[in-house]
Amino acid sequence: MAVRLNAVQTVLTIAALAAGTQLTRWLPFWVFRKDPPAVVTYLSHVLPAASMGLLVIYCLRSVAWTAAPHGAPELLAIAAVAALHWWKGNVLLSIAGGTALYMLLVQVVFA
Amino acid sequence: MELIEPAGQRRHAIRAAFPATIPVMTGYVCLGIAYGFLMSNAGYGPLWVAAVSMIVYSGSIQFVGIGLLTAPFAPVQAGLIAVMVGARHMFYALSFLDKYRDMGRVRPLLICMLTDETFSILSALTPPPSVSERDFCFWVSLLDYSYWTIGGVLGAALGEVLTFNTTGMDFALTALFVVLFLEQWKKKENRLPGLIGLGCTLVCLAVFGADNLVIPAMILVTAVLLGGRKWLCG
Repeated sequence: MAVRLNAVQTVLTIAALAAGTQLTRWLPFWVFRKDPPAVVTYLSHVLPAASMGLLVIYCLRSVAWTAAPHGAPELLAIAAVAALHWWKGNVLLSIAGGTALYMLLVQVVFA
Repeated sequence: MELIEPAGQRRHAIRAAFPATIPVMTGYVCLGIAYGFLMSNAGYGPLWVAAVSMIVYSGSIQFVGIGLLTAPFAPVQAGLIAVMVGARHMFYALSFLDKYRDMGRVRPLLICMLTDETFSILSALTPPPSVSERDFCFWVSLLDYSYWTIGGVLGAALGEVLTFNTTGMDFALTALFVVLFLEQWKKKENRLPGLIGLGCTLVCLAVFGADNLVIPAMILVTAVLLGGRKWLCG
């Protein structure tokens, strides 16, 4: 967290994020005036679930599994998110509960 | 803002749209506050947060963006990550090809403001007969957009006056993706694609390491999905 981009770099990074985001919103409208080909429809059905799996791993990419505490805070907090979500099905509660537990674990328990 | 319809009609449209957006309001304001707070901790004040929320307008991408704003400068990677994180927008856009075909002047705005939550409201609800579909879509989209921006600015402002140990607060992003993953998991046909996403990315993490994960993982996931189309379609 030590790096801080300068103003120009910040603006360019934000512009890149915005361009990428808006591309995902506009592309289908630009490309498909009529019915999209079957392979595109297929990808649009399977990619959302697959990219969530990808993003979960992406978020965990820097966890040091071989050193103490061996990813225990992450795994416990993810278990808590899943349990809360199955129990109550409330998106905000699941995120807030899991994050609070994670903060407690890294700041107090495994500090 | 430009008037897009006579005032009476507009009031009707807002009155129909607002109740539909209340659940989104609580969600966007709360998540927006969390986002603004984290941005403030990364050194970005309310103006930056307002600007990012207004031009990017995607919670998951903006949360990932905090990490990119506090890492070495890599705009191309930032754009690619945004495309990957936002891939689900393409699914929404494909579903709305017809619905958004004849929306006139507000069409570009509607497309720019198409988020998960706005999509779910607009695909589930139809306006009362006295309100045109165009006005209903527009006001639902615009209200959601304003909740997100207001939440972000509130959070950033809070971040400037409140200080506490925020270590670990960025786990909110992981939690968000876990929740979205579980939401997908509810549908049986999404389970195999979800597992392919997890598995392929784990393989890429082992092979390419944490710093070069995104692009190989995107390629591998797409390749496996295309290769397995026969089994996944069934």
